[in-house]
Amino acid sequence: MDTTLTPATAALNVELLRKDFPALHQSAHDHPLVYLDNAATTQKPQSVIDRIRRYYESENSNVHRGVHFLSQLATDAYEGARRTIASYINASDPREVIFTRGTTESINLVASSYGASFVPGDEVLISTMEHHSNIVPWQMLCERRGCTLKVIPVSDEGEIIYEEFERLLSERTKILAVCHTSNALGTVNPIQRMIRDAHALGVPVLIDAAQALPHGPMDVRELDCDFLCFSSHKMFGPTGVGVLYGKQDLLESLPPYQGGGDMIESVSFEGTTYNELPHRFEAGTPNIAGVIGLEAAVKYLQKVSPAAISSYEAELTDYATKTISSIDGVRIVGTAKRKVPVMSFLVGDIHPYDCGTILDRLGIAVRTGHHCTQPLMHRFGIPGTARASLAFYNTFGEVDALADGIRKAKSMLMR
Amino acid sequence: MSESTSIRERERQIVDEFSMFDDWMGRYEYLIELGSDLPLIEDRYKTDEFKIKGCQSQVWLRPDYRNGRVYFRADSDAVITKGLIALLVRVLDGELPADIATAPLRFIDEIGMKEHLSSTRKNGLASMIRQIRSYASSVTAEA
Ligand SMILES: Cc1ncc(COP(=O)(O)O)c(C=O)c1O
Repeated sequence: MDTTLTPATAALNVELLRKDFPALHQSAHDHPLVYLDNAATTQKPQSVIDRIRRYYESENSNVHRGVHFLSQLATDAYEGARRTIASYINASDPREVIFTRGTTESINLVASSYGASFVPGDEVLISTMEHHSNIVPWQMLCERRGCTLKVIPVSDEGEIIYEEFERLLSERTKILAVCHTSNALGTVNPIQRMIRDAHALGVPVLIDAAQALPHGPMDVRELDCDFLCFSSHKMFGPTGVGVLYGKQDLLESLPPYQGGGDMIESVSFEGTTYNELPHRFEAGTPNIAGVIGLEAAVKYLQKVSPAAISSYEAELTDYATKTISSIDGVRIVGTAKRKVPVMSFLVGDIHPYDCGTILDRLGIAVRTGHHCTQPLMHRFGIPGTARASLAFYNTFGEVDALADGIRKAKSMLMR
Repeated sequence: MSESTSIRERERQIVDEFSMFDDWMGRYEYLIELGSDLPLIEDRYKTDEFKIKGCQSQVWLRPDYRNGRVYFRADSDAVITKGLIALLVRVLDGELPADIATAPLRFIDEIGMKEHLSSTRKNGLASMIRQIRSYASSVTAEA
């Protein structure tokens, strides 16, 4: 298992690492698959697939419920995964890690439970570059509670306009909810500084880290964020599971989200008392296999070495930016100084959907459209883009294939 | 009711034309070319009323019922999509509403495009066809 992993100090041996990801080795429309849709979801290493399989083959049982052997095994694995993930993000306590269905559910949980105490006049502060899942739950909350949604504008480069953020942040702000990394532009936001400034006014901060974790670990204590949300499937783990990290005292003060089994201490028709953290927020049978699979993904990332990933990805970002933007007529949308290897682009006046269709025929997987960030596309005055989003297993050769593909699409579609 | 022979004939023509290409690139390029023959909808009709839902690109289609027959004008901001509409319009334009409503439209399978279309494109195409058929049925019912 994982024999191909490089030591922490060495450069990434990408060709070797790719062998760990079975789905990368296939053809699409008679071309070798070039998978550049990692911001939508990432491929899974064999160790994750094997771990899930092992769970179903020899540990499958419900958690927290049985006295029997298997149930104990499953519970130990599930709670062990919680400890691994808590320590990966440097949480103070595993109880601060709540398992959800994904980033979307994590944000909805906070909007629903934390937002339950909001009153008219309160404000929620987000940014223009948020994914719909960090917009709509707050809009729904504001509608329910009579609060106001405030939106931090972004610059032409796709960066948060910091002075505007400072202007919009006030004592009325009940929560600041922003993405660490933009899925549509690749921008990495100055999260640390934003958290510090928000806390100076007593404003708690939720970080949507869905696009951050695939590119490197995070330290919630160093950041001092109050909530952190992310999805397993975007960080090489299985679909259907995600994490809500919350500071313990904050989580303890929140009303439950969904009601059901596991989240209760005792139930009677006169009244119900709720379980402790983290179970209070995990109603019903959780995605046990998913959680265990996520743990395997985290262990995989730890072995590959976060430092090696981050320096390789920096090179990849530079190379991709140069290569793609040197094609005549190509415009990259999102040119922030700090970026992950996410390239949103437009080719002349070619519709992104046409461009994506031709690229697909060439075996190149990109996403086209608004990337669940319609307000951001509106800000740039475009209906959408084609987006190539890379992971550490993508190669410079694949960037060249994308560039060739764009040239071909251009010659077919430009008129 | 029997199938319209003129619709079937035009379908056959298209199938013939597409059979001249032996690779996907040729077919796509031809499709894109056909898009430029599409009778364009006037800008003032590019409204929600004539917009087809369920497409990744914007598509407008305006049927017009004159002297017992249906004529179409359409447009899209994506050229491959435009080519697909142009094919549909070429086959159905000027036909009787009852024939349009019941045309099986086999040519899409027969030109070998279907396997080349992604599922979002298939959905888009399906909603175009649904909208065309439902319009045709509604004027048939009126007639
Ligand atoms: C920045 C960001 N936030 C939230 C989400 C939603 O994640 P999920 O669909 O896994 O809940 C995504 C996924 O596209 C994302 O990129």
